[in-house]
Amino acid sequence: MGLLRPSLPPGKSFGALAEFADPAELYHACEAVRDAGYTKWDAHTPFPVHGLDRAMGLKPSRLPWVVLVMALGGALAGIGLQGWVSTTAYPLVISGKPFFSWPAFVPVTFELSILGGALGAVFGMFAMNQLPTLYHPLFGKTSFERASDDGFFLSIESWDPKFDPDRTVELLRQLGAKEVELVHS
Amino acid sequence: MTDHAHSSSPRPVVLASSLWLPRDHSWRRFPSVGLVLAALGLGASLVGGLASPAIRSQLWHSWLVGALFVLSIGLGGLFFVLVHHSTQAGWSVVVRRIGENAMATLPWMALLFVPLLVFGMGDLFHWTHADAVAKDPLLQHKQAYLNSTFFLIRTVAYFAIWTFLALRLGALSRLQDKTGDHNLTRRMRRLSAPGLILFALSVTFFAFDWVMSLDPHWYSTIFGVYFFAGSVMAFFAFMTLIALGQQVLLPRLVNEEHLHDITKLMFAFLVFWAYMAFSQFMLIWYANLPEETGFFAQRLAGSWRPMSIALALGHFVVPFFFLLPRTIKRSPKASTIAALWLLAMHALDMYWLVMPSLHVGGITFSWLDAAALIGCIGVFLAVFGGSLRRQALVPLRDPRLPESITFENV
Repeated sequence: MGLLRPSLPPGKSFGALAEFADPAELYHACEAVRDAGYTKWDAHTPFPVHGLDRAMGLKPSRLPWVVLVMALGGALAGIGLQGWVSTTAYPLVISGKPFFSWPAFVPVTFELSILGGALGAVFGMFAMNQLPTLYHPLFGKTSFERASDDGFFLSIESWDPKFDPDRTVELLRQLGAKEVELVHS
Repeated sequence: MTDHAHSSSPRPVVLASSLWLPRDHSWRRFPSVGLVLAALGLGASLVGGLASPAIRSQLWHSWLVGALFVLSIGLGGLFFVLVHHSTQAGWSVVVRRIGENAMATLPWMALLFVPLLVFGMGDLFHWTHADAVAKDPLLQHKQAYLNSTFFLIRTVAYFAIWTFLALRLGALSRLQDKTGDHNLTRRMRRLSAPGLILFALSVTFFAFDWVMSLDPHWYSTIFGVYFFAGSVMAFFAFMTLIALGQQVLLPRLVNEEHLHDITKLMFAFLVFWAYMAFSQFMLIWYANLPEETGFFAQRLAGSWRPMSIALALGHFVVPFFFLLPRTIKRSPKASTIAALWLLAMHALDMYWLVMPSLHVGGITFSWLDAAALIGCIGVFLAVFGGSLRRQALVPLRDPRLPESITFENV
């Protein structure tokens, strides 16, 4: 999915959207969908539901690694910049300190590593959430507006290998969905 | 955050009697083992140390290192309980007794300082020597603060504050075990907030008095915070070890979620300690003012230099990267290693703070260092173990106990 429209073959639907009455029902539905072997699906809730990531079978996020690499990169950049400036570019004797005065370099190095980590976290999070996505087929459904109010939704995308328009909708109905519909882009 | 999805799962049912330390548990022997260690360690120290004047000064310095080590763990426990009540914490109810048992040692730590106050002042503190003060304008200037009488009054005041807070909060907590009165939680909170202010002031000035004034020409305004940071880190390391034991005993009450939070806090205060230690160092290094540099100049010269580097690497760099991953923080084995290591590093920190004022040129280890440390640990273990046996392992009727049991980390 990108900035504009997802690349779908024309005529095919986006997938199935199911609405559930409360977080507990959504939680159990997620467990069932996970166990049924679906991989390209998502849950939409107005507030974080405790344990839903486990119910969905989500793997631990890779974001911490992104943060670590960015933070180390920031630290390296800090030491590198100050070191190069103080020893090669402008080697000045400042209050009798050595050219590579590492204690004085620590604050900037530390702050740049924090900055790297923070930027990595924020933009990494955006990227892994595929944001910004200016258009998403689910926004076409007016009922989906309740996903940020009091509705609990589960959507299964049609390019999931196990997706079948009739059987998937039937499964979601069996799991207790208030409403199931096929979403067309 | 209430758990919507688990509304149908059953609550664990636990018998109140199982929440005490079992009769045959090895930890029941803490008081006796502690007393033996104390008798052997402190006894041998006193006998050997008082034998000759040459070694007497070593005795009091080693004694001070040991006393500071165990006192700081008790202070960390008091801090944890104060913050727990002040912030109305829910997750930590199940492990709060560890802090309460640790802070119960504080009144007895005063006993450890009595010999220092009565016999050790002359050997420890240069500013007690009237002839030295008479020749030194700086010491004369500080005399209004650094004199034996005021020093004694202040030390008594510190231990009085800590004893009052520790005994009062412990008593209210134990009372709640019996009555389940919710008002007690409110009273403990109302005591803890001003208690934190008293704690901060007393620990800061205690550090100034008993550690910083070992070199009365030197000062560092961040020193109190530095001592505090190391103390709380050491307490969380100690708490990790005890909580792991408690997890084995009460697996349905204490689980990896609580361990994770405790190791997170140990890690956080490790970073805070490093921040304080480096801040102190960098500002002094950068300004390079003669009245401030003495402390580090001494510790970066001769054989003190490798110990300073070892402290920087072993107390910060290595444990920082070791404790960074989430899986390590949630692993009992890895957390045990980290906790033991950090306790050892904290002892090294106390040694590094005190000993250069005795062994100015370089490190000189003495058997008294080990004996006094073992003896002080024995006293701590004895009192902690006694407190552990005398009450339930968890606050039985704390209103937030259910929240603590079902706590889940991110």
